[in-house]
This record gives sequence, C-alpha cells and structure tokens, in this order.
Amino acid sequence: MSAALHHDRPNPDRQNPDRWIKVLPEGLYVEPGGFFIDPVRAVERAVITHGHSDHARPGNRHALATPGTLAIMRQRMGEAAGGSLQPLEYGETLRIGDVTVRLVPAGHVLGSAQVVLEHGGSRVVVSGDYKRRFDRTCAPFEPVPCDVFVTEATFGLPVFRHPPDLGEVGKLLHSMALFPERSHVVGVYALGKCQRLITLLRAAGYDRPIYLHGALEPLCALYRSLGVELGELRPATVAAKEELAGALVLAPPGAIADRWARRLADPVVAMASGWMRVRQRARQRGVELPLVISDHADWDELCRTLDDVGAPEVWVTHGREEALVHHATGRGIRACALALIGFEEEDLEEVGA
Amino acid sequence: MNRFAALIDALVFMPSRNGKIRLLVDHFASTPDPERGWALAALTGALSFREAKPAAIRQLAATRVDPELLALSYDYVGDLAETVALIWPERAERANSLPPSLDEVVEGLRTARRGQVMELVEGWLDTLGSSGDSSGRFALLKLITGALRIGVSARLAKTALAEWGRAAVPDVTVDDVEEVWHGLTPPYAELFAWLEGAAERPAVGHGAGFRPMMLSHPLEEEDRAGLDPAAYAAEWKWDGIRVQLAARDGQRRLYSRTGDDVSGAFPDIVDHMSFDAVLDGELLVARDGVVAPFNDLQQRLNRKTVTAAMLRDGPAWVRLYDILFDGDEDLRGLSFVERRARLERWYDAVRPRRMDLSPLVPFEQWDELVALREGARENGIEGLMLKRRDSAYLAGRPKGPWFKWKRGALTLDTVMMYAQRGHGKRSSFYSDYTFGVWRGEELVPVGKAYSGFTDAELVELDRWVRNHTTRRYGPVREVEPGLVLEVAFDSVHPSTRHKSGLAMRFPRIHRIRWDKPAHEADRVETLAAMVVG
Repeated sequence: MSAALHHDRPNPDRQNPDRWIKVLPEGLYVEPGGFFIDPVRAVERAVITHGHSDHARPGNRHALATPGTLAIMRQRMGEAAGGSLQPLEYGETLRIGDVTVRLVPAGHVLGSAQVVLEHGGSRVVVSGDYKRRFDRTCAPFEPVPCDVFVTEATFGLPVFRHPPDLGEVGKLLHSMALFPERSHVVGVYALGKCQRLITLLRAAGYDRPIYLHGALEPLCALYRSLGVELGELRPATVAAKEELAGALVLAPPGAIADRWARRLADPVVAMASGWMRVRQRARQRGVELPLVISDHADWDELCRTLDDVGAPEVWVTHGREEALVHHATGRGIRACALALIGFEEEDLEEVGA
Repeated sequence: MNRFAALIDALVFMPSRNGKIRLLVDHFASTPDPERGWALAALTGALSFREAKPAAIRQLAATRVDPELLALSYDYVGDLAETVALIWPERAERANSLPPSLDEVVEGLRTARRGQVMELVEGWLDTLGSSGDSSGRFALLKLITGALRIGVSARLAKTALAEWGRAAVPDVTVDDVEEVWHGLTPPYAELFAWLEGAAERPAVGHGAGFRPMMLSHPLEEEDRAGLDPAAYAAEWKWDGIRVQLAARDGQRRLYSRTGDDVSGAFPDIVDHMSFDAVLDGELLVARDGVVAPFNDLQQRLNRKTVTAAMLRDGPAWVRLYDILFDGDEDLRGLSFVERRARLERWYDAVRPRRMDLSPLVPFEQWDELVALREGARENGIEGLMLKRRDSAYLAGRPKGPWFKWKRGALTLDTVMMYAQRGHGKRSSFYSDYTFGVWRGEELVPVGKAYSGFTDAELVELDRWVRNHTTRRYGPVREVEPGLVLEVAFDSVHPSTRHKSGLAMRFPRIHRIRWDKPAHEADRVETLAAMVVG
C-alpha cells in the first residue's frame, strides 16, 4: 500500500512534518494548531490520546479527547481534569488553527485514540499507546495510511512476543484448580488491564465473583456504565477475609506485595503485564505466576503496524526506540527516535503495560 | 525435557527457599533415573559441554535473528539463555517432531563430534516450545551454557536431596551428601539408590575431591566488644584468592573457594604439590617472597591455560592457613590450635616450594590489633583474620568461630564523568558510573563503580544523569562535571590501563555529595600519594 494516497501528485508547497511538529519540554507540539499531544505539564491546549496518567495529566486549560477518555479523566482527576473538556468522537474531524484533527481507535484501553493530523499536504498519525489484538473493552486499532507515523515502542524488542491471551488466562485458572485453598492475587493496572482481564476470565468461563482492591472499583464502575460487562465484582475488604481463601483477587501492582496483601491466605502472587515475558523481571518482582497479558503492541504487532500504515517516515517515541528504528531502517523507512521525556517506561503503578 | 523445563521454570519463579526445596524434593521423588540425575548434575554445575559455549549459542542465534536486534535484546534481558529462548523464531513446519528427552540431550551433547553440536542444538531449539512458550528452549540453553543462575545453589540442591532421602535413610544430612559427593559422577545412580534405601552408602572415595571450605563473617564493632581476646588467634588476611590444595592418591587439584578447579591455570603451584595432604591457603603472585599487587594475580585468573610469559612475569605463590588432611588422617575435627601445630609440623617436614606459612599475629588486647590493622597498608594485606582457638574446621560460614576484619577503606571525592545503563533489572537505569579527579583544569578518569547506593539513591542518580547529559555514546552518557561522588576503595596501584596511571581496588560509591561543588573534588596528586610500595 502506498503511504501518500492523499497526495498523488507531488505538492511543491508540502511542508515536511518535522517543520511543524516539534519536541518541546512540554511534549509534542503541533505548531500550526497551537496544541500539544499528551503534554507532560499543564498547557493552554492539549489533545489527549488516552486516560493513563503519563498521557493524561491534570491542569490543561483546554483538553480535547474522545468521550471515553474524558469520562476516565473526570473520574480520575475530577476538577483538575482540565479547564474545558471538549469531546471528539472517533472518526469526526475538527479544524484547529491550520490543522485538521481526527481521532481514530488505538485499541489500547477504553477511549484510546490515535491522533490523525493533516497540514500543508501531509498526514501525520500519532499512535499514542496501542495494541492489535482483540479486546472486548475497547474499539480495535485502525491503521491509517500516512506520511509520518509516530509510534510507541514500549515492547520494541523481538524478545517481547505476547502469547495468546486465553492461554495466559488458562495458566491462571489451572493454578487456581491446583491450589483451590489459596487466594490468587493478580497485579493489574487500574485502567484497562483490570477490566480486560475480567472480560478474558469471563470469556474463559470463570463466573465466580471476582474480588477487587478498592483502588480498582471506580474505573470498573465507569466501564460498566459505558456498557462493558464485567460480571459479579466484590470488594476485597478485610471483612471478607474468609471468602478470600481460594478466591481470585485483583489489585494494583504496588499492593500485591505490600501490607494490603496480608488479608489474603497464603496467596499465589500473579501479575498481568507484558514485562512478565522476561523471567528475571518477573522473578525480581517476586511474582510466582507471571501472566503475559499486555495492552501494548508486542514486537510483531509493532512491525506489522509499520507495514500496515505504510508511512515512508517513522518517529519512535517512548520505549525501546533503537531496535524499532533499526528494523524500520532495514525496511527502507526513514526512522528516528523522538526524545520525549516524561513517559514512564516502567512505572508499574500506572502505565498499562 | 518437559519435566526438567517445568522444574527450571518453577524454580525461577519460586521466591522462597523452602518452596524451592519442595519443588526439588518433588522432582527427585517423581522423576526416574537418569533424568533426575542429569537435573541434579545441571543444578550442581557438574555438567560441562565443550562445544556448546555461550559464544557459539550467540552465533547460532545470529543466523536466525538480525544480530543488531539480538545484541539490543541481550543488552536488555541481561542473560544469554533467556534472550535466545525468547527471541528464537518458532517455525511451524518443524513443530510436529517430538522434543528431545533430557537424557537424549545430555547424551547428544556428550557424544556429538566437534562441529555437530550446534546443529543438534539448532534442531532441538526448533522442536522445543510452541505458541510463545519458551520454557523448553530456556531449560535447554541454561543446561548447555552451564551457569543456570536461577537462584538454586549446589548446596541447596544437595540440601533438598538429603531432605528427600530422609524418608528412607533416617537422619541423613546435607553434609553426608557432601562427603560422598566427590566420589560420584552424573547421573548419580548409586546416590539415588542409597537415598531410596535400595543400596549401601557410596564409598567416600574422595581422592583429590574438593572439601567444603570454612568461611568467615565480617567483624562488626559490636561483635568485637563481646569477644574474649584470649579465645582468638589472629593472622593476616592476604589479598589474593582463597584456595584449597588437594593432593591425594596421586591426583593434584587446586580449587577456588567455591570448588571450581583452577589447576590448569596454575601449573607453577600444582607442579610442587608432591605430597599427600589437603591444605587451605591464599593464592598470590609473589616475587622473591614479596607479594605483588592483586592486579598481577588478576592477569592469571579466569584462564584455562597459561603462557610461559605469564609464568615468568607473575609467579604464583601459596601462603598456607590450614591443614584439612594429612595423608588419610582427617584433621578437620581438631581445634584450630591443634591443626596449626600439625600444619607447622607438616610444613617443616615437607617444605614444598612456592609455599610458605601465613604467620600468626601475636596480641593480647584488641587495641594492639586495631593499631596493626590500620598500619597495614603494604601490598598483599587486606586486613586481619580472627579464628577461635578451639574451632573445628566446619563447612560453610558458621557465625562465631572465624571473623574477617578488613582494614578501613580509603576514600576520595571524585566527579562523575560518564554513566552507563546497567543490566537485568537495572537495564532502565544509569547505574554504572565512571568518575575522575582533577589534573590541572581537566578531569581524568580513575575508576568505575556500580554499588554502594540504595535503590532510592539509584533513582535519584539516574534522574541526575538524564538531566545533565552532554553527550551520548550508545548505552553510555557523558555528564556535566557537576556531581561529586565520595568513593571508598581498598587500595590504589599504578596502572597502564587508565589515563590517570592509577587503578583503584574495590571502588564503590560511599556517599553522594549532592552538596559539594565539583571544583572542590580531589586532585590526582592526592590519589597518587595513596599508592603504596
């Protein structure tokens, strides 16, 4: 597929995107539109790709995002979500200054979007975080042909190949059958991973109540109100100690090895994350049952996506940039690493890896 | 291979020691010979395959994966076996052939002709594992590269073996296993038979096998207050490597502290072991009885063989501390004082070349030793050893009988110059620091350190590096000369490798001087004045 479908004839006025998209200390700046994408500090105008805290930060004067992402931001930040919050549905276009903006599903978490920018005869797609595999909790990634593709690279090394989700969920169910008297506590990110794991378990036929750490409840409630079926959920309170023996408990990664977990009877400690692919990583975190379930594209998905969007130029942002730049270069794509700061590659508390 | 792979995977993820022992006991109980014996051999480091070395594995992987991507991945994962296990591309067309058994793998590796081994390995890698399950490949690669590094020591495996054996052989201990161990070879059929109650205890055919060494604890100030000086003997702690010299039944072996056979690298010692005894001592480089800096010994370590030039320039020497066996007589149950008398008598009678006795340091009060220890700055002395006069020679590191009392460290205020990403769990952190001191207006590097700070400090150091980078060279960043690191080190020696002409021994970060301006850091002349000898 040719990348430059939308300008078949050479356009003498075409401005290369590196002239109008800049990396400033606040983040990626779209100059002719006067806005930042996922700025790391509060700015006048921001376009937000999704609700994870390293992408959606509080205090922007104007913030534009999908209705799903705005709902998540309001849930997490309340008043601080932004001065004015402007929704833009997937697929609708909006003119901001001299730029046309469109949001397209990224398949990362509920509401997550790629930002499609058109200006001066060029189309740039900023992927935000994305994945390519099936997820009941959000709309699937749509590849958009473009001149420049700005991609994440969280798992940008060929050692990262996420196995099939149902196989990983099967490992969890198998362990629960093997140790029926022990609680199984799974570390999950509050936004996205938690709800996706629940839907995967339900799809695998697990219909018992699932117990939640308090920090996971509000977003599960929000997902439900937005139409995502999660089945019966119960709070994993100290009062429920008896019930928790043999139960499945979800908690934020930081809580699974912390004092909070003392209420659990001899728990099997599991963690659902793409990082679990590397044994020594899992081991260093004291994880007994690693589940390789990720909301980010693995290496194969990253490479396939470069092919699908067919961009002649790729900018690689947060993650393991070098390897993906090397791969892209080998395929004749102009590629470079974009040194964006503030994206916490391994902040296991919040980032939906 | 499946059982072995499952065992290795389970061990990797089992956080508790008791849990690991449970897994091993279960494996010994439920796996037949010879598979369990090969597993035991792998866990105790008793298997070594000449042809399948890490470099060859890496080369093999590079035929299937872009070498650049392989290198970046290895850099990130920090473990070659794991990297290759994860990155190995699965081929659909071979997936139907049966994966090999552990016995097949071991026999294959042992009998394959030179040049055929990697072909075998390649075929196995293709049949082991599917749909992203890398545990079979991981186990295979761990097995053939030797160093498992999965948090199970040889000692722990033997402990589990003894625990499993107690069901049939009451009261058997890990030391019983250790005693018979060196007469045996993988896959240890007679050992398993004994521990199952199906055969007699194997003979102690020790020969020149390794005997577990006795190790010491560092002496803390608060320990010393409670110790009676009359109950302890003191001797110098020489700055080389602890070794065991075993010459029995016509065999001669030189072992490191952990039981690695280093005989091949030190023929200048082994040639003179024409006696029948097992001795404990410190391996040094010495010229005319004068101990050379540790750096000289370093040139001779980690080598399989040795050149004539190395033998000439860095002649090895052993300073003897202890005697474990005199002929057939096991002296380990005697007290230190009695063994010392036997050692002296033995030495007078035998007078082996290239060896001498480590002298005792007479003292009555601790204060005398404090002064001696601080004064001891010449080459070859690391500090003092304190040994209880009545202590038997015990395997392992019992607390109380032996203490090491290292002399105080030297310190220097240096300036961070470069930072490099760490490996494994530190691979997202800039955790290895090259530091320098002032020579005139310029900084000259004097060493590198990657320890001595807390995890919280590492986070701050990492942030500082990222915010003060002036240049990037691959994984290395050059930083502004703005952060003073107080470095502690044991000694400093002339070196032709470093631009400053000086090299530190055991440098580590002592304190991070966030408060101190870089221009107030030390000068190279200060460091040069610390050189001894």
